[in-house]
Amino acid sequence: MSMIEFKDVQKYYGDFHALHDVNLKIDAGETVVLIGPSGSGKSTLIRTINGLEEIEEGQLLVDGFDLHDPKTDINKIRKNVGMVFQHFNLYNNKTVLENIMLAPRLVLHRDEAENKRIAMELLEQVGLADKANSMPAALSGGQKQRVAIARSLAMKPKALLFDEPTSALDPEMIGDVLDVMRDIARDSDMTLLVVTHEMSFAKAVADRVIFMADGRILEDSSTEAFFENPTEPRAKKFLSQVEHH
Amino acid sequence: MSLLNQYFSVFVQGFGHTLLASIIALIGSLVLGTLFAIMQVSSSKTGRIIGNIYVQVFRNIPLLIITLFLYLAVAKVIKMTGFVAGTVGLTLYTSAFIAESVRAGILSIEAGQMEGARANGLTFNQAMRVIILPQAFKVAIPSLGNQFINLVKNSSILAFVGGLDLMYQGNLVAASSFDTFTTYIIIGVFYLVITMPLSYYVQHLETKLKKKA
Repeated sequence: MSMIEFKDVQKYYGDFHALHDVNLKIDAGETVVLIGPSGSGKSTLIRTINGLEEIEEGQLLVDGFDLHDPKTDINKIRKNVGMVFQHFNLYNNKTVLENIMLAPRLVLHRDEAENKRIAMELLEQVGLADKANSMPAALSGGQKQRVAIARSLAMKPKALLFDEPTSALDPEMIGDVLDVMRDIARDSDMTLLVVTHEMSFAKAVADRVIFMADGRILEDSSTEAFFENPTEPRAKKFLSQVEHH
Repeated sequence: MSLLNQYFSVFVQGFGHTLLASIIALIGSLVLGTLFAIMQVSSSKTGRIIGNIYVQVFRNIPLLIITLFLYLAVAKVIKMTGFVAGTVGLTLYTSAFIAESVRAGILSIEAGQMEGARANGLTFNQAMRVIILPQAFKVAIPSLGNQFINLVKNSSILAFVGGLDLMYQGNLVAASSFDTFTTYIIIGVFYLVITMPLSYYVQHLETKLKKKA
């Protein structure tokens, strides 16, 4: 069953054609990595899936809901589709624990004791149980991102979107965040879509790789096929550029 | 000093009305101003237009005209005393400035806070109430403090519509005692009794929140 499906989707910013004839199907439980040069539309694409960006034309089905239908309640989709941002977006006025417990309390009306138990378990899972009562400002970037991942997981989503989760981190912080993401990909049956420049992560974790440039999907192949034998010249060029690093 | 003794109960009555009008208008304008600030930053086009018109109208008309309009025109339809007309006028006028302060506070909060909350499943209103406004008010405190101090001083508008406030009573005392100078000095001091603690409190709040952050 497909969790996310784009059908002939178009997205514009004024005259700029940000998403061009996008057709894409992601099945439930798949881990898909989305790569491409900056400005290629990766972030725009991933942000349309939970309605942070609207599409102008086409059909976008997420968890059975049509996002382009004005009658669709976006909050129902967001309940089941989490997102992790490049700049974390933790609630600056709440403790780490409150960051994780807030949405389950307000949106899912989860029992308070149960809510706390789940939140502490998740903090344990991302290795930050000792930071439960810290404010976000007291954390390093890598720690913030791990809290942000825990916050998303607390909603028990069917799908999780990662929008360049390690791009704003110092190099020595990246490993911890990728480890957490790798564990999620391995141990859960969630649908994961990850925009990233971490090729080794893509190789290790992804079932599929999608390559975008200029708002179009140029290549959509299995991970081995993509890295061993990319068909698109732009994808080849991109890979040779990033693999020098 | 004999003037103060002689008219003490009159001054106190004025002081009470000024204090009461200030407290009502402070709470009223904070609530109204916050609502219109939220409308102005909402995604609803109608909300933005209404919020904008409200702020522009009440910010750009003199307080005296708003109050006289209430007292002379609106009061013909809805019965109200001068005290009520003055207090409502003061509330409407101040709320437009509060809306601007709160709106600036909201805009100073990075967009990621709202996006994070919405992506997390919160509605716009929940995100506003729990995440954005608490942070926005912190930023807006110095400017809100200014508005509140202005509000107390602007409450002297009540004198124009028989609002029984400090200024109104002062005018009466000055007229009957002929000691205009002393009367207005005393009135000034009474205003200070409200505004000084208010500005110290705002300053205190500012440093306290700065330390916390």
